[in-house]
Amino acid sequence: MIEVRSLVKRYGDTTVLDCPDLTLDGAGVTALVGANGAGKSTLLTIAGRLLEPTSGTVLVDGHDVTTAPSRELAARVAILRQENNLAVRLTVRELVEFGRFPYSQGRLTDDDHRLVDRALDTLELHEFAARRLDELSGGQRQRAFIAAVVAQDTDHVLLDEPLNNLDLRHAAQSMAMIRRLADEFGKTVVVVLHDINVAAHHADRIVAMRSGRVVADGEPSTVIDEPTMREVFGLDVEVTEHHGRPVVLHFLAS
Amino acid sequence: MTSRIPRTIAIILAGSAMAVAGLTMQTLTRNRFVAPDTAGTLDAATLGLVLGAMYVPSAPIYLRMVIAVVFALAGTGLFLLLLQRLQFRDIVVVPLMGLMLGAVFNAASVFLAYREGLLQTLVTWISGDFSGTLRGRYELLYVVAALTILTYWFAERFTIAGIGRDFAVNLGLDHGRTVLIGMGLVASSSAVVVVVVGEIPLLGLVVPNIVTLALGDRLRRVLPVAAVAGAILLLLADIGSRTVRHPYEVPVGVVLGVVGGFAFLAIVLRSRGRVG
Ligand SMILES: Nc1ncnc2c1ncn2[C@@H]1O[C@H](COP(=O)(O)OP(=O)(O)O)[C@@H](O)[C@H]1O
Ligand SMILES: [Mg+2]
Repeated sequence: MIEVRSLVKRYGDTTVLDCPDLTLDGAGVTALVGANGAGKSTLLTIAGRLLEPTSGTVLVDGHDVTTAPSRELAARVAILRQENNLAVRLTVRELVEFGRFPYSQGRLTDDDHRLVDRALDTLELHEFAARRLDELSGGQRQRAFIAAVVAQDTDHVLLDEPLNNLDLRHAAQSMAMIRRLADEFGKTVVVVLHDINVAAHHADRIVAMRSGRVVADGEPSTVIDEPTMREVFGLDVEVTEHHGRPVVLHFLAS
Repeated sequence: MTSRIPRTIAIILAGSAMAVAGLTMQTLTRNRFVAPDTAGTLDAATLGLVLGAMYVPSAPIYLRMVIAVVFALAGTGLFLLLLQRLQFRDIVVVPLMGLMLGAVFNAASVFLAYREGLLQTLVTWISGDFSGTLRGRYELLYVVAALTILTYWFAERFTIAGIGRDFAVNLGLDHGRTVLIGMGLVASSSAVVVVVVGEIPLLGLVVPNIVTLALGDRLRRVLPVAAVAGAILLLLADIGSRTVRHPYEVPVGVVLGVVGGFAFLAIVLRSRGRVG
């Protein structure tokens, strides 16, 4: 369970995040959506204790992320940030193995190796396992970083725009993988998505943000309508339906 | 000469320590051109030696070692502090900043040594030299061996810290502390090397670059190779230093300066074709 409590982040006089209360409980995929600068990454990175809030806090399974020992948190919550384009000379497998560090401290057991293999399989990275990250495309590297988070095997997984750099096939595949994390492995997944339709199709719940505030929260079918989309994205769009799920025709907006 | 065995041990330990120091610094600062030479570490240690010679001239060697280590730590700490404030962590700007810092320490050393009539001594410290490696001094290098082993013990953490702060924190690592431990360990070991044999230039820059190019950035795997390569390179340089002007000896630092300089140029030219 992830509980946001009176969370505020300010830079100088500018409040970039003001989230009084938000609870994410149980297995499922929650999508964070909103325009650029809405505060999605800020919320996610604070929850992953990569950023200090100005006030308030986030609890992960009751552990306060601003005070709990980082090493303990590493076994409960995993976060992948937006920017990972570092060309470090590690193989894909080495990177994914680091996902087991919170448990193994560098000495991998058979179980660790199994989870590493599973993560490589899940992201179809086996053929690249021995390749070095600096010799991969941006999308392949992105998938390697996702695999490391999957190998970390925490109950809570926070992903900031994981589909960046991915082609259509791998984007679809990654979303299917994210669904599996929730459905098969019972994880609580929070994922920032810039494509509202991907969110509408794959998420159980959508949290829409604007100017640092949550402006809509609920199942895709309740959140996605024309007035809300106008409020969130500042765009007049037409909303239609496909297999019972809303589809936003944002590309038709004028 | 009876100085053969101590000398050989000294060369092996010093060479591996400098290579490991450079490798660790490059990993932790995520910059391939950062090493004890370019982070102000060596110059700070030398300044410590000069001040030690001025104010406690009769102090035993281990006390001077402690002073040099303290200065190396402070100098490297200052480098890290400046690095933190740097807006553009450009691959070239970072070591350039370290070189400037080192130049300031060096100027202070020269000024003080000149005033105190210690210039001759300063020259031997600056230009690594094994001819003076006698019993009672080379034993200090066992400290270096211990520090190098400790560095290896932390290798996996250093690699993770080198991938990035967010990546490390996510895995439960205290990033700031890990960087400080690593930089502290290798700054200390290179300061001890300065006390025993003087500044060994470029080794910490060249060896890690060549080794990681071939074997990647995972310290646990490359660190032992870098240590061996550093030892071998310094042994070769030492042979060179004794044969170039036989029967006289050229300081090994001078030999390395020339050979390492060319190797370094080659690396720089090669790496321009790649992304920094
Ligand atoms: N270090 C910072 N200093 C000042 N403002 C920042 C900083 N980081 C983020 N911001 C601002 O906070 C707001 C929210 O950013 P972010 O959470 O990254 O948005 P999103 O991920 O929704 O695009 C933006 O307006 C951004 O400019
Ligand atoms: Mg963002």
